[in-house]
Amino acid sequence: MGTLRLEVVTPDSTVVSAEADMVVCPGVEGEFGVLPQHVSLLSALKIGAMRYRAGGKDEYLFISGGFADVNNNVMTVLAESAERAADIDTARAQAARERAEKRLATRDEAVNALRAEAALARAVNRLHIASLR
Amino acid sequence: MPSLKDVKTKIVGIGKTKQITKAMNMVASAKLRGAQARIERFRPYAAKYRQVLGELARKVEGNAHPLLAEHEEKKNCAIVMITSDRGLCGSFNGNIITRGLKLAREKTDAGMVVSFACVGRKGRDVARKAGYAMLTSYGDRMGSIDFALASSVAAEVIQGYETLVFDEVWLIYGEFVSMGSQPPRTLCLLPLKAPEAEETPSENDGPRCEYVYEPQEEKLLAELLPRYVRVQVYRGLLDTSASEHAARMAAMDNATRNCNELINSLTLLYNKTRQASITSELIDIVGGAEALNG
Repeated sequence: MGTLRLEVVTPDSTVVSAEADMVVCPGVEGEFGVLPQHVSLLSALKIGAMRYRAGGKDEYLFISGGFADVNNNVMTVLAESAERAADIDTARAQAARERAEKRLATRDEAVNALRAEAALARAVNRLHIASLR
Repeated sequence: MPSLKDVKTKIVGIGKTKQITKAMNMVASAKLRGAQARIERFRPYAAKYRQVLGELARKVEGNAHPLLAEHEEKKNCAIVMITSDRGLCGSFNGNIITRGLKLAREKTDAGMVVSFACVGRKGRDVARKAGYAMLTSYGDRMGSIDFALASSVAAEVIQGYETLVFDEVWLIYGEFVSMGSQPPRTLCLLPLKAPEAEETPSENDGPRCEYVYEPQEEKLLAELLPRYVRVQVYRGLLDTSASEHAARMAAMDNATRNCNELINSLTLLYNKTRQASITSELIDIVGGAEALNG
């Protein structure tokens, strides 16, 4: 069936560059899978877990939202931050989660609540993905 | 004629200055290498963004998003100016600041009220002293730039543009062209001009099939455009930081060379003074002996 090229890039580095058999992404309208020879696609991603299978092994990644572009059997994921499951700093995520929960509990301004919610979602997802490794 | 001791002290002093400028040169070159590597790593990200956005913008009507729309009445203008935190880098900051103030004057002459948002202490101080309204500014952050910083700078101007507080937003930074050239660059940040898709993707020119967009184009654009602004700001930050180090390297190299020249001429003076004093001592002795022989 062949493979598709997967590139996950963040502003500071290229996190993944691999040949994948399958990629599953957290799209804003629901999770979706991409197989080789997929039709050209551009989709927004939300905070969540991304999974790809390469050489019969599943790899998990944390994505803090961004975009996925599929074209000519090359899939490029543009994320503001992305981490492999093994690279996640659990202690930091745990601390971030507690901070965000505390901030949400006080609740003073609408803008802050939005940011705290996003921070909480990031922390929860990081912890979840870290538990999968 | 200065005394022998004075000249000696001066030579030692300049020698010490030289050690410092030399060390600064080396530190700057190490930092430059890091900054350049970051630019290299960022390039694929930025290139992909331009390509995707260019593709998308062709499909969507011109004024599909508030960030693309030009405001009819232009009353307020924001300038994002990125400079370094420290001096001792030649005319680098001066050039950026001159450019920024010139743009501000042009806009004021055109009847607009100008506000500054600065990253880097040098620019912030000057803009504040010149009496312009200040948005959130960031000092002492050039040593630790990250995407979060670019995001918070961009968030403020984006919000201002969407709520019609600003009608134009400009970005001024030091572009890193090469080791020898870091000219200031002015860029219109908002209204956003969607990048032309003129950079034809060289990798594959097969028949392009239609893209599937998820969600629809307009919503996708609404997600992409603010991020593109952040990408632009981040690029400005990275470039300025690399340019700063390159400029400092050149400045410190010059300073070291000047120190060498000074030391050479002072050593010459030192030797002359020494010889003169020996000669005068000799004359004294010979004169004394003559008198005794008399």
